[in-house]
Amino acid sequence: MAKKLGRSTFLLEKHPAILASAAIGGKMEGEGPQGAYFDTISNDAQFGEDSWEKAEGRLQQLALQTAMQKAGVSAAEVDCLFAGDLLNQCVGSSYGLQQFEIPFVGLYGACSTMAESLMMAALFVEGGLAKRAAAVTSSHFCSAERQFRFPLEYGGQRPPSAQWTATAAGAAIVGCGQGVSVNAVTVGTIRDLGITDANNMGAAMAPAAASTLTTFFNDSVTHPADYDLILTGDLGQVGRDLLFELLEKEGVRISDRYHDCGLLIYDRDKQDVHAGGSGCGCSASVLCGSILRQMAEGRWKNVLFMATGALMSPTMVQQGEAIPGIAHLLHLKA
Amino acid sequence: MPSVKTTPAQYSAMAKEAVPPSPSFKNIPLAFLIGGLICMLGQGLLNLYQYWGLTLDRASGFVSITLIFLSALFTGLGCYDNIARHAGAGTLVPITGFANSVVAPALEFKSEGLILGLGAKLFIISGPVIVYGLAASWVYGIILMFMGYGGMK
Amino acid sequence: MFWEYAKAFLIGGLFCAAGQVLIDYTKLTPARILVSYVVAGVVLGALGWYTPLVEWAGAGATVPLTGFGNLLARGVRDAVDRDGWLGVFTGGLTAAAGGITAAVIFGLIVALLFRSKEK
Repeated sequence: MAKKLGRSTFLLEKHPAILASAAIGGKMEGEGPQGAYFDTISNDAQFGEDSWEKAEGRLQQLALQTAMQKAGVSAAEVDCLFAGDLLNQCVGSSYGLQQFEIPFVGLYGACSTMAESLMMAALFVEGGLAKRAAAVTSSHFCSAERQFRFPLEYGGQRPPSAQWTATAAGAAIVGCGQGVSVNAVTVGTIRDLGITDANNMGAAMAPAAASTLTTFFNDSVTHPADYDLILTGDLGQVGRDLLFELLEKEGVRISDRYHDCGLLIYDRDKQDVHAGGSGCGCSASVLCGSILRQMAEGRWKNVLFMATGALMSPTMVQQGEAIPGIAHLLHLKA
Repeated sequence: MPSVKTTPAQYSAMAKEAVPPSPSFKNIPLAFLIGGLICMLGQGLLNLYQYWGLTLDRASGFVSITLIFLSALFTGLGCYDNIARHAGAGTLVPITGFANSVVAPALEFKSEGLILGLGAKLFIISGPVIVYGLAASWVYGIILMFMGYGGMK
Repeated sequence: MFWEYAKAFLIGGLFCAAGQVLIDYTKLTPARILVSYVVAGVVLGALGWYTPLVEWAGAGATVPLTGFGNLLARGVRDAVDRDGWLGVFTGGLTAAAGGITAAVIFGLIVALLFRSKEK
């Protein structure tokens, strides 16, 4: 059974393993530095569908299908499915994954959803509630843009702090067996330091990231030096700088072992993405693609994966409210 | 126990610092250039229509209609936003920007149907321009009436 | 001839450059900027300051959205002069009718013929 450390950190004693994972990306993601690590790159952003929402559903479907194939399991052998995306009512997950007929728990954690779903899958396996559980997360630039910002053809100019929603998905199958294991998780707390600018998600999420990370270090009585890599979800350039600054004030330094999926997924010099990538598919595809593979190859042994989410609602922002952030953390061990 | 002690006020200052400034040295000249060129195109059309025998007022009306048509076409072809990404206010401020803000949602929300999608969302961005423009002109009309300019024929 | 174009370029460009300053240095969203321009056009038109600019810069003053505002002001002035109280209500929309109808009709046609593309 999981051992509770502090208020929100759980040490998983059965070490649930990520049996297989898959990453699916769009054209722009394929052209980025992570291109080689995707299982499938689709040059058709519509994925053969007639709406962007259904295209995102296809993304999730493909990701789960590929991950199950790689793990050598059928849908009937997966006991529970944790999935989410950025869209209202999480339609990417519900429409994309219904055909598998796996017991389904829909999640909304904005861009933190990969960590949230993977954490839930690991806890279910740890608690013996599922033999195998799957975590699936996606985002699609076009469906996110029309829901959160402007129509695609609207001629607007993005400020330098804006981030580019990745068209990508990641899926992981968790169970008992061989693979990178989930050693501990920290459930994040909602943090809001008053950022109201919807074009500056990095700044809205950095406080939650700092809070979850320091909570984990305190609860587990470990230090940044105990880990090879500390990976955040999609803080981007602005959020990363702010995270360093917030942690500096707490006396924690992580910059020598730090990466951010939002800064890894695109080449910011060549691709016009401003402060970096974002969207839950960003951290999902980078984790399920390159990070887990490189951990299996032995590049890193101890990785802290912390996906951050800006719990942004256009309605609340228009009402002048600030954007709360959340971050969930997993300690992965190769 | 809150694990991060930074206050919202402190953080707001930090966030302001962390945001890179807009590249205005590039943005402003580009807006000037593209916006100026669109107006020059308008002037060319104005001269052409007058040359074809229209009065100044009518020619001016057709210039607006032509520019709106061109903007709608480029929006439909998917290149207006690519120009606007660099031109910023240069494509926003001319009447072409108004047209783009009508056409883009029409295109985008067609997938939700012709009535509640396309029809209902056509003015989702440009609506306020018409609402407040008309309201301002109405106020001006009232003022004119009270100043005694109202005729009644 | 050359001067006509130069003046249109200069004034039109300046209106846009001012808009860019608002985008870069204030928190104003594009929609707010457009609303400000139209209302500013109505006010400048009402004060009688915009007509000289139109006479000098031609399309440089009529193509930016301030020109649309000026058109609304002129429409109301003419309608009030002709129809009194009724003109208060009909002038603005009558003057704006061409632009709005063009945007709606071309928007409708384009939306029926094309679809939004991936970015």
